[in-house]
Amino acid sequence: MIVKTLLNTLLMAAVAIAIPGVINRLRARLAGRKGVSFFQHLRDARLLAAKGAVYSHTTTLLFRVAPAVYLAAAITATLLIPVADLEPIISFEGDIICFAYTLALARAALILAAMDTGSSFEGMGASREALYGALIEPALMIGFATLAMFCGYTTFADIFAVKQSFDLHLTLVMLLAAYLFLRITFVEAGRVPVEDPRTHLELTMIHEVMCLDYGGIDMLMIRIGGWLKTAAFSMIAANAIATVSCFKWWFAAPVAILLTGVSVGIVESTQARNKLSRNTTFMVTISALAALIFFIGYLLQLDINI
Amino acid sequence: MARYLTTDNTSPAVPLADIPELPYGELYDDLADRLAQERYHLAHYFAREEGERLRFYVILLDDADHKILVSSFAMGYHDEAPLPSLTALRPAAHPFERDIAERYGVRFDSMPWDKPLRLPADRRANITNYPFYTIEGDSLHEVNVGPIHAGIIEPGAFRFICNGETVLHLEIALGYQHRGVEKLMAATGNRLRQSVLAESIAGDTAVAGATAFAEAVEKLAALAAPEALVTERAVALELERMAMHIADTGALSMDVGYQLGQVACEALRTMTINTTQAWCGNRFGKGLVRPFGTNKPLTAEKVAMIRRNVAEIARRYNEVRQDIKSSPTLLARYEQCGVVPRAEMLRIGGVGMAARASGVERDLRVSHPSGIFARGIAHESIVKRHGDVMARLMMRCREVLQSAEYIDRMLESYAPAAQMPRPDYERGLAPDSLAVGLVEAWRGELCHVAVTDDRGRIADYRVKDPSLHNWLALALAVRGEGISDFPICNKSFNLSYCGHDL
Repeated sequence: MIVKTLLNTLLMAAVAIAIPGVINRLRARLAGRKGVSFFQHLRDARLLAAKGAVYSHTTTLLFRVAPAVYLAAAITATLLIPVADLEPIISFEGDIICFAYTLALARAALILAAMDTGSSFEGMGASREALYGALIEPALMIGFATLAMFCGYTTFADIFAVKQSFDLHLTLVMLLAAYLFLRITFVEAGRVPVEDPRTHLELTMIHEVMCLDYGGIDMLMIRIGGWLKTAAFSMIAANAIATVSCFKWWFAAPVAILLTGVSVGIVESTQARNKLSRNTTFMVTISALAALIFFIGYLLQLDINI
Repeated sequence: MARYLTTDNTSPAVPLADIPELPYGELYDDLADRLAQERYHLAHYFAREEGERLRFYVILLDDADHKILVSSFAMGYHDEAPLPSLTALRPAAHPFERDIAERYGVRFDSMPWDKPLRLPADRRANITNYPFYTIEGDSLHEVNVGPIHAGIIEPGAFRFICNGETVLHLEIALGYQHRGVEKLMAATGNRLRQSVLAESIAGDTAVAGATAFAEAVEKLAALAAPEALVTERAVALELERMAMHIADTGALSMDVGYQLGQVACEALRTMTINTTQAWCGNRFGKGLVRPFGTNKPLTAEKVAMIRRNVAEIARRYNEVRQDIKSSPTLLARYEQCGVVPRAEMLRIGGVGMAARASGVERDLRVSHPSGIFARGIAHESIVKRHGDVMARLMMRCREVLQSAEYIDRMLESYAPAAQMPRPDYERGLAPDSLAVGLVEAWRGELCHVAVTDDRGRIADYRVKDPSLHNWLALALAVRGEGISDFPICNKSFNLSYCGHDL
């Protein structure tokens, strides 16, 4: 029992660490470069940890607290996610709602902190982040609603453990849901085509620009929070696949890493990012997709002959 | 008496005494008339102190007749009577009048944009009290970028007035670096030092700068460079054009997050500048172009090396170009973004590839050819109509391929001269004369003006970088665009800070 929970937590951490590594390696290979090492982001993290923080005198306590809130919320959310047949530390009735709004809290903390700096760049970033947060929320909630409706549970652990024998309807809905959550991962992780995390152009940034005034340990907390968030969403998508194929942790964890790592790596190597004004369309499309999956799930559940 | 002294880009320098001197009113009316026609534009308009007088020189280019028209007017150095502003009628004159106003305290009446060009607005001015244009409104916000930028670019303040994500107005304030280039050119009599200065004005335009200087000096000595020398200069200039256009293609790819285009272009740009390095020892072609001769003549092996490399670069670059043209995500970013309509480009006097991307055919290689373009190659400008980022990008793509073709054509039948002339830094120059070095650099029209004193020394030197006109085009391009599209609009022009701030 405890072993399962411990393994679950360790695997989540491993997934969170591995995804940025896979993305960096793959992008470098596709660009024909030698590229940085798989663990470069961890070395960067150590560097950040060793640095002190500098605070602008125009900022208040809000600014200093936000990274901690962000990281704490991201950790809490991650602890809710099971790795296939393992058990998460926290699991209770309705934890899917808790997951969504814990992350919303993280987002709100960063938005407030960005506004707190009074910088026009960060204000711009905050406004974009708030808009995208609002636009992606329907997709996330409808996605969870589909799972809850179809499986009859509101707990991640139960939803993904529901399968007993092969069920075509469930397979269909779960694969669609996996695709939906992968799309959401792109938005939540701030990757191309929504955002370019490598860009040095403040005017085009969304998430990055809100963190411009952070350095050292604060920046590190935000980075780790981002990795955990990505890992959590990626794991949800991987669980959806695992639950209808091979419901084992040794299958789900690599799938979570590769699903996001490979798809982000390929998209970022070959595609340009969206014009910012097209991002809204991009996200509304994800919500529409979510609604479609919901209706498919609903019809399949009615068990009418189609 | 004719209002203008007519010359062209291959004739020797003109004596100052031969330049007509008109009353201001007459010249003003005539300029206003002529600048309303597309065939005319100002190459330079500057003032210089001549004894107790301030003499203003106008260098007008006639694209249709391939002529350079020179005229002047004068006023007492201490006269305070304001002059009617030409900018009020023809906005293209704004950088010149602002420059004259800040240098000599000349006041221009009804000047619509009465701000200094390179100096602070007043002696106590700094970034916090620069008189930026403002618009009142509750829903508007201002975003300031610079003057210190992250990374390695030079200083320049960009003030956006935005409504949400949409840019209503962009004001660009330059003039944060004062290197005294023009003063240094006149202060030293050492012509080697002057050549080195000329090619250091803007590092990305080193060959064009040195060529403009060399041509001005050669005109002052009334000695045309031999054919072999102008061929080698042209090869260097086209190599520079290729390198910079390729670099900007890569930068435009990077700014939209298109990694493949970025890495491919970075590699090709390195290959191009390494070719220049293999020729002359410097990747930017510094030390290559000198007056009257060269220290780095081409050899048969170098000719073969350049031809081989250029062919390979053109082939690989063409693949990148096809990729960009056929990628929907890239087209969605570049097309209909940062549009400068033709009429606007004409009005502000845009030059070079940015103007040609908006359908304004301004190309010195056609209108005022010098060097190899006056002798061997009949250049055909590439002109695009849309005036958007895509047009400027495709402009670069086509020009790279065209330059590669020119280099190949020039070197195909080129037999390295057995006795290439060496640079001559001592040759006497015509006294009291004015010479113009006009070169189509990769950004556009580069104009160097040298004026000699009674002993044939360069007494005044004026530099006009194409960016001087085109910065305003950038400000117009982003109006109505999302602020997040500013970087790609900016990259599509890639204007020079140091060419502007001399």
